[in-house]
Amino acid sequence: MNVQQTIESKLAAALSPDHLEVINESDQHNVPANSETHFKVVIVAGDFEDQRKVARHQAVYGLLAQELAGPVHALALHTYTLGEWTERHAEAPLSPPCLGGSKSES
Amino acid sequence: MDIIDTIKEQIEGNPIILYMKGSPNQPQCGFSARTSQALMACGERFAYIDVLSNPDIRTNLPTYANWPTFPQLWVAGELIGGCDIVVEMYESGELQLLVKEAAAQVPVD
Repeated sequence: MNVQQTIESKLAAALSPDHLEVINESDQHNVPANSETHFKVVIVAGDFEDQRKVARHQAVYGLLAQELAGPVHALALHTYTLGEWTERHAEAPLSPPCLGGSKSES
Repeated sequence: MDIIDTIKEQIEGNPIILYMKGSPNQPQCGFSARTSQALMACGERFAYIDVLSNPDIRTNLPTYANWPTFPQLWVAGELIGGCDIVVEMYESGELQLLVKEAAAQVPVD
């Protein structure tokens, strides 16, 4: 299983989401081709009802702690309840362009 | 001083503090750029720490905050979130209110 599939299966198993998109955006960043370092996750789940955004993100980060400590460098997270997702017309924001910051990492 | 004490002092001593990659004028990461732009647009003074030039903070803050990535915005001693949350709050107008309220708590000397 590659990193993308691992993220998908962990989130699907833990949160039973109504909607889940895991998008590999690594090719927009300053990393070698076919990397799995930058991801965007759009997740719509009932568990997020009555949870502030910080708590939702912390829950997702907790589930993916292993990936974040390892290969994953950036994780854009868009967490919604079904109501919020409908209000947004099922559209998540675009991720920002890379500015090369990971260059300074060894 | 212990690095965690330093971090605590920064968070408690600054009502609005942004941990980011680079500086608001020269951000080194798209997520940090977008977050600092939203914060600057609120029109209040804020502190920032460049984690690329503070590797100790970069290593230790994620555990303390239970938040693995940068940027991180802290207001009134509380973690507000990273880029996605800050931008969403800016678009809804929530960030402006939060930041203005925090800035108003600072005694004018």
